[in-house]
Amino acid sequence: MQFALMIYHTPEEFAMRTKDYDDPHLGAWRAYYKALVGARVYVGGEALEVPETGTTVRLREGKHRVQDGPYADTKEQLAGFIILEVPSVDAALEWAARCPGASIGAVEVRPLAPEAKRRGFTG
Amino acid sequence: MNGIKREDTHRTIERVARESYGRLVAYLSAHTHDVAAAEDAFGNALVSALASWPRDGVPENPEAWLLTAARHSLIDVIRHQRVVLESEPTLVLLKENVAEAPLLTEFPDERLKLLFVCAHPAIDPAMHTPLMLQTVLGLDAARIAQAFLIAPKTMGQRLFRAKTKIRSGGIPFEIPQERDLPERLEAVLEAIYAAFGIGWDDMDGADQRGRDLAEEAIWLARVLLQLMPGEAEIQGLLALMLHCEARRPARRAPDGRYVPLSAQDPKQWSLPLIEEAERHLAEAFKHGRAGRFQLEAAIQSAHAERARTGRIDWKAIAWFYEQLNRLAPTIGRRTGYAAALAEANGAEQGLAVLDAIDQDAVSNYQPYWAVRAHLLQLLSKGPEAQHAYDRAIGLAEDPALREFLIQKRG
Repeated sequence: MQFALMIYHTPEEFAMRTKDYDDPHLGAWRAYYKALVGARVYVGGEALEVPETGTTVRLREGKHRVQDGPYADTKEQLAGFIILEVPSVDAALEWAARCPGASIGAVEVRPLAPEAKRRGFTG
Repeated sequence: MNGIKREDTHRTIERVARESYGRLVAYLSAHTHDVAAAEDAFGNALVSALASWPRDGVPENPEAWLLTAARHSLIDVIRHQRVVLESEPTLVLLKENVAEAPLLTEFPDERLKLLFVCAHPAIDPAMHTPLMLQTVLGLDAARIAQAFLIAPKTMGQRLFRAKTKIRSGGIPFEIPQERDLPERLEAVLEAIYAAFGIGWDDMDGADQRGRDLAEEAIWLARVLLQLMPGEAEIQGLLALMLHCEARRPARRAPDGRYVPLSAQDPKQWSLPLIEEAERHLAEAFKHGRAGRFQLEAAIQSAHAERARTGRIDWKAIAWFYEQLNRLAPTIGRRTGYAAALAEANGAEQGLAVLDAIDQDAVSNYQPYWAVRAHLLQLLSKGPEAQHAYDRAIGLAEDPALREFLIQKRG
């Protein structure tokens, strides 16, 4: 079963990204990635740029509404995602608990929509 | 005045509820096999108590009062389900009981049967511990879910399914026969130890959940020992948990840093807990049947010796691990053996033990990578050590432990 770990960061965590390569916080992320790959559960994933770089678009009454900034105005913002292939939600939650992002921000675990349904969406 | 009195009464109800929960739920469900209904009935009895005790005063025997109220509630519940024919005899039985002894002050303690039901082989082993925590200790599903890292709704559903199985699956409410007893008792002990393990791992969390769970586990073991006095493995388990509990204050530096066992200051260990653990272990050994928990307790006892002698007998620890592996090898025991052997005979021998473990089995097992990294570092195998440290760091859940390993990796 595939699950998405959606990682939400606090502003403090986003700020840590500018630190040196040797910073322990970044080291924890690299180690986490290696553990995922080592356990052969890693399918894919990406980190997102800081939320201030986002732009939100809506179409209302035929008009574009373009808004500077992220979709939701909350303290914790989506910072990236990881797709895992694991046997059950229990295993996915275990990996979420090990995620360095879980100890400051939050990690949401959500199953990917089943294969057939996804094909329906994408044609 | 009244406000203070009411507060006192509420506190009394809370205390009685905690102390009586398992006894009453076990007693009420021993006949019906319906644990969920017994829990509901107990809940209703508590609601009644909250309404009447502050008004009329706390009854002389609060537990008997609760039992009577819970029984009445249970009869009501069963009446509502009258369509279920098989409930009829139960209803008659309960009615008779109520008529006979409206203020029963003494009733048999059925908690032991309930513990064996919770850890019955027909029930999913993953649910043994959650079931015990709920039915014997009265912890709610949300709290159990937190400790087990499961969504509260999912835990609620799983508990519900397990209770349905208890009710309809023909699981007997009885103490297993001599022939099955060792195996069945081990399942009960495993479940209690699992609760302790969760409490132990999570003690570093921001909240109290882990610590509470470890205390609940020790309490369960004490109850079990009281019900089956002189069982060597129960004493072994209790000794094991008390030894670990004794070191709780030493596991963190004042600034929250992780302190490994070998670097802990023995002066911070709790001497009364260690003494109690040693007492239980000595009594357990008298039976001459060293089971799994006695061996694990013996390992902890050897570590505790450092408080007295200033040194650790690693050869003895390695020997205890060897015996454990002889009983049944697990990744944890083999990793423990490797660590002890490395201390006793040098890092190379420890590493050889680790190398012999199947790599697929350890891809998720953090302690293996932590020990491996440490041994490789001792042997000056830089790049390999780095890789192992990365795996250990990536698999660590506790931020303080992660930090510690990052420092060690350098």
